[in-house]
Amino acid sequence: MATRQTQGLARLMRAPAIILLFVWMIVPLGMTLYYSFLNYNMLNPGMTSWAGWFNYRYFYTDPAFLESIRNTLVLVGGVLAVTVVGGIFIAMLIDKPIWGQGIVRILVISPFFVMPPVAALIWKNMIMHPSYGVLADVAKFFGAQPVDWFAQYPLTSIILIVAWQWLPFATLILLTSLQSLDTEQMEAAEMDGAPAYARFLYLVLPHMARAITVVILIQTIFLLGIYAEILVTTNGGPGSASTNLTFLIYKAARLNFDIGGAAAGGIIAVVLANIVAIFLMRAVGRNLD
Amino acid sequence: MARATSRNARIGWTVAAWLVALLIFFPILYTIVTSLKTEQEAIAGFDLIPSFTLESYATVQSQNNYWRPFTNSVILSVGSTLLALIVAIPAAWAMAFSPTKRTRDILMWMLSTKMMPAVAVLVPIYLIFLRTGLMDTRIGLTILLMLINLPIVVWMLYTYFREIPGEILEAARMDGATLRDEILYVLTPMAIPGIASTLLLNIILAWNEAFWTIQLTTTNAAPLSAFIASFSSPQGLFWAKLSAASVMAIAPILVLGWFSQKQLVRGLTFGAVK
Repeated sequence: MATRQTQGLARLMRAPAIILLFVWMIVPLGMTLYYSFLNYNMLNPGMTSWAGWFNYRYFYTDPAFLESIRNTLVLVGGVLAVTVVGGIFIAMLIDKPIWGQGIVRILVISPFFVMPPVAALIWKNMIMHPSYGVLADVAKFFGAQPVDWFAQYPLTSIILIVAWQWLPFATLILLTSLQSLDTEQMEAAEMDGAPAYARFLYLVLPHMARAITVVILIQTIFLLGIYAEILVTTNGGPGSASTNLTFLIYKAARLNFDIGGAAAGGIIAVVLANIVAIFLMRAVGRNLD
Repeated sequence: MARATSRNARIGWTVAAWLVALLIFFPILYTIVTSLKTEQEAIAGFDLIPSFTLESYATVQSQNNYWRPFTNSVILSVGSTLLALIVAIPAAWAMAFSPTKRTRDILMWMLSTKMMPAVAVLVPIYLIFLRTGLMDTRIGLTILLMLINLPIVVWMLYTYFREIPGEILEAARMDGATLRDEILYVLTPMAIPGIASTLLLNIILAWNEAFWTIQLTTTNAAPLSAFIASFSSPQGLFWAKLSAASVMAIAPILVLGWFSQKQLVRGLTFGAVK
């Protein structure tokens, strides 16, 4: 089927996408690497000079950096735990013979389509606000003291919001996987007297293993970059209690105008994301052939 | 289901599923309810029955110049998606119908560009936008969003195109179809559903993008995501107005999203889960 002529045409058709993505990947990344070795502050751009490894030493020995790494890990880990466990539970629930399954599905996936700033503001003002939020109303109803979520538990509050946004994604993918489970196998196990927990542990979970892996990896890629939710709720605070790596680099670049420092921070963000990416690429690549 | 489920069990599961679904949907529902309240009602404590006033919607549109960010959102999301399709359709087409030994590697490499954290290139992109006058322009942001979503667009299209059976082309050729006929009457009709799904999902993704839109706009090109984020400051809107602005920002995409559930799984897992 592939003559030389069609091969030439195919090359021509592929070229624009490949060239665009190549430039998009190489140019900014190269610039980040270059800037990371400069003393470059936008407040006095005339004073730019070669910095060697200074930015790296400065950025990585800053206590705020270690705290941001810790916050990033807690944030990603917390959201993953909630969404994977919750997602398995909800997917199995929706998969049961229920009335109105279509509407239940629509209700459950809706949070995914809410843009991050709106999701964060809804939770901040409507749900978690210490005087006007629904949770405050509930607390008052039971005669308890309303919780000032973002002041007392900033990171937990953000985990809650982000988990709410990503729960639909996990549920939908796990549900897709669950629906391809062989029902005959399940029935056979049931007839042989396997209890529900055993069927779950030895049939359902192994079947979903691949989908769970994909959920974890893809979410991690997106969760490493959480930004808008932090910006509109805690702005990284109190102090830097809810500053993740993305937010720390944003602060260095946009609020401190420290181009060199932000670039050095960006390089470690690339390294972190790449570690996850390698695993994801393996999972996806296996499915290509 | 071969096994008949007892009616009671079915009622039990239905109630449980609906409770969970309503709990998850509650923040959105409550925002819609609050948007229909007056400001006094909105802070008067929990109440699911609003007075059904449209006052807040009117205020948001007149005071906050809502239509500019809305228009920007439409232009940015549709524009960037169309641009991406123009570049991606030929590429995905070529990779699906005349694959080479390197096609697989090219696809994996494209996927890897999507893994690059946005914040890692914040500094250079910000400086490039400043120096070239692209800052706060629709054209700059449209191109950027196009580049961000290009890998997903190529991947989605590729997985759809690959499902078009090659035999059908041979059959068409046997019947004397020319290359032009093949593309126009055989491949295009079969490819259109895949292209439509890709279009839909990427409009959603571009509409909801909230890192670059906040970094690279101030007023002129700010879409809804940047517009809403500006309400985080204390002098922002009040409860009912914030709710109205939120509902208007998410309603179009929520409806589009309901139609694209299936494509969502496929697009966001790069075909790893179908």
